[in-house]
Amino acid sequence: MNAPNGSEEKVTVAVSLRGISKLFDDVTAVDSVDLDIDDGEFFALLGPSGCGKTTTLRMIAGLEIPSSGSLQIFGDEVGSLPPNKRPVNTVFQNYALFPHMSVADNVAFGLRMRKVEKSEIADRVAQAISLVRMSGMENRRPSQLSGGQQQRVALARALVNRPKVLLLDEPLAALDLKLRQEMQFELKQLQREVGITFVFVTHDQEEALALSDRIGVMNDGRLLQVGSPEEMYDAPADRFVADFIGRSNFLKGTLESSEVVCLANGQRISVPAVDVGSVGDDVQVSLRPERVMICDAGTAPEGMARLSGTVETETFLGNSVIYRVALDWMTVEVETDHRPDVERHHAGEHVDLWWRDDAVAVVRP
Amino acid sequence: MVEGRCSGGGKAVSVGIAEAKRDRSERRRGLLLALPSFAYMILFFAVPLIIVLVYSFATRTSTGSTSLSDWNLDAYRKLGEPIVRNVVLRSVVLALVTTAICLLVAYPFAWFCAHQRPVVRNMMLVAVMIPFWTNFLVRNYAWRLLLSSGGPISSFTEAIGLGETNILFTKTAVVIGLVYAYLPFMILPLFASIDRLDRRLVEAGRDLYGSGSQTFRRIVLPLTMPGVIAGSILVFVPSMGAYVTPELLGGGKETLLGSYIVTQFLTARNWPVGASLSFVLMAVMLVSTIIYFRSGGKNL
Repeated sequence: MNAPNGSEEKVTVAVSLRGISKLFDDVTAVDSVDLDIDDGEFFALLGPSGCGKTTTLRMIAGLEIPSSGSLQIFGDEVGSLPPNKRPVNTVFQNYALFPHMSVADNVAFGLRMRKVEKSEIADRVAQAISLVRMSGMENRRPSQLSGGQQQRVALARALVNRPKVLLLDEPLAALDLKLRQEMQFELKQLQREVGITFVFVTHDQEEALALSDRIGVMNDGRLLQVGSPEEMYDAPADRFVADFIGRSNFLKGTLESSEVVCLANGQRISVPAVDVGSVGDDVQVSLRPERVMICDAGTAPEGMARLSGTVETETFLGNSVIYRVALDWMTVEVETDHRPDVERHHAGEHVDLWWRDDAVAVVRP
Repeated sequence: MVEGRCSGGGKAVSVGIAEAKRDRSERRRGLLLALPSFAYMILFFAVPLIIVLVYSFATRTSTGSTSLSDWNLDAYRKLGEPIVRNVVLRSVVLALVTTAICLLVAYPFAWFCAHQRPVVRNMMLVAVMIPFWTNFLVRNYAWRLLLSSGGPISSFTEAIGLGETNILFTKTAVVIGLVYAYLPFMILPLFASIDRLDRRLVEAGRDLYGSGSQTFRRIVLPLTMPGVIAGSILVFVPSMGAYVTPELLGGGKETLLGSYIVTQFLTARNWPVGASLSFVLMAVMLVSTIIYFRSGGKNL
């Protein structure tokens, strides 16, 4: 469905941001963001609160006007157009359903504003309501609906207008855990069904990994890295990205060549070739806890990168065991499966840690 | 086991009784605290109201005194006469104009105010209230001075070449005075309901292809309607019965309800008609207010 990199066929760009910045009274909320979102893509803007992701989304919606830069939707410059003149619709956080209108009137609002013919409105509203499986609830008021139902109405209200891009601001944040997981699945299904470009904002990395074709991680107003969920997890380019998506250990070191890092303890390890800096730069090596192997001291396989240390604590979590292993220069977290055939280690034991060269990623500090 | 359960049950019952006792004594104490205001309301509101009601059924004797011996509906019948009808009509129109102008002036102000930083908005609201700290009569006399020929407004229009204006003792003067007097009653409820309006609903309206005015008509106005209605009642009701402002700024040229009632009591010495008119006026206001609060509770 999506073809991020390496594909020869030409992809239509749905939303294009070039040098987009937004200042609020001298505070830079979004700092010179360049981003292309492809047509038909499910794209996540991920980051902690206050990182500028919502402001970016609001600029695409037209609810904020960029301070500088160029913003195009399917090739048309929309930078300063008001929201009602843009081919996009938004599902707001907490849904912002009109409390004085029924479900059907909420859904019909956009079509009525655009003076669509009455009979067509009726058809499309019924269609949209059945698409989100809310048939039979047309005459209810939003206050009579549960959170999940309100969410569905908000989706129908946006999708009925057949926008070229659907924007979703923390669409699942207001739901409880179980419902959230259900809606995740539904949202993904819905996106496939309607084939519209979805851009959604979230602070929940799991949600971003589960739903999106590509993720853009933001922090402090800057877009740090864009890539598929696998790329973001396996090959983070930035310490913040590695830390925000999943957990990681960070080993300090310097880049000796594009494929060798000298760790802070003087040990040399080989790493996958990534373009994160030039020789001699300070870097960090991201080592995911579940990709580090742990074994009795001296039993690590030959030819693998290894570190020796002492188990500090072991924490049993049901399906896994987390060890904190003290090296003489830092502490490393290791996660192993909990199975009868896997040997357990205990506090105070001397152990070796080892990993395959492609298990690590070099990141900007 | 059985014993234990029994004694436990006994304890629960006695606790229940003590609780009920305390509830009752607390309620009694609450009543005691409210008693002075109750007494005040009964003495100075309910009793006079009943007296007015009783007098409205009485008869005016030929000497101008009031006879309570013969109860009838003559006074109410008199309200249907053209003179009274014209007075009522004139008052209603004046009150409606006052309410409409208040609404048009107050809505943008309240909107602006609700969108300011808390410090600024508080200052604006205090500024709205300040005139209230001045005596009502003083304010009316101030307007008399401002509006009179040769007064500041007249001098200004003369200076810019529009000629002398003489607004004092016209309907315009009365409306100006009433708008000035009751504007805060419109601003405050409007401010409250606009402040409560979720800004994202406005954004959603714009996002769903509504223009600015469409979004205002379809979303903002319906959702702030409780404030509009509350403010309108608070302005319309006192404007209907206004006495001092029409007398001082309108010069009493055109009889309005307030002054008509006063005339009935003091000059014409027809207490039953004055009483019936007062009572009908109050009843209409009361019923419309109740209807509003009933429907308002359901709408939002």
